[in-house]
Amino acid sequence: MRDLSAGPGRVLVFVYGVFAVAATGRSLVQLGADADRAPVAYSLSLLAAVIYLVATTCLLLGGPRAWRFAVVACSVELAGVVLVGVLSYVVTDWFPDKTVWSHFGQGYGFLPLVLPFFGLAWLRATRPASHPTDG
Amino acid sequence: MGAVLVLAAVTLLAVAVLLARDEPAGDREFVVMGVAEAVLLVQLVLGLVLLNGTERDVSGVLFVSYLVGVALALPIGAFWSLAERSRAGTAVLGVATFTVVALELRLWAIWGGAGA
Repeated sequence: MRDLSAGPGRVLVFVYGVFAVAATGRSLVQLGADADRAPVAYSLSLLAAVIYLVATTCLLLGGPRAWRFAVVACSVELAGVVLVGVLSYVVTDWFPDKTVWSHFGQGYGFLPLVLPFFGLAWLRATRPASHPTDG
Repeated sequence: MGAVLVLAAVTLLAVAVLLARDEPAGDREFVVMGVAEAVLLVQLVLGLVLLNGTERDVSGVLFVSYLVGVALALPIGAFWSLAERSRAGTAVLGVATFTVVALELRLWAIWGGAGA
């Protein structure tokens, strides 16, 4: 099994790291400044931040266990960005302010929408040999 | 600080060429990034001074966090890239530089009065 943070993974770790910092910073500023304005949106920001942090950490650590956690994190990330993306168009009341995942990550050049696909593709390529579903 | 964007553009170009040729980043690229980083550090100090004296409606915490963040991106990217001198390592430099551009644009917007 290749190291999770080697080769293309190195780029991925950096991008995930940037998003982890960006999402954490943003959610803290938003929740600290006026949490009442958009509690749903801001809480989702914080959730996104946690997911990015977990993904970054797992990619850095490597190993079968971190690999599994990373798959979960990237899947949640993908589900989150799609779900929040749809919600932000349908239930506009919940999103008076933008968050990382609202409108499919429009404020971040739609990178949040693309990133989980790269993450999952990379994890597929680095699947540990001992993994039961490995064919 | 238009200088930041110009230096970032030069770095991005250089990285693109290196990626195409599959060459590791050399002294030249790191000098350009070093100059960019120096400008960013000057910007950090200037930004703090200006923020102190401004009458504008600038969100202080936000502005300072972006000032610091934009100055951190290149050093972290450079170290992360140097740990693996491959095409991927060079790509990291590109991503780091791109991050600087994005943060710099946001920084200007925040100075203009934009919120989080």
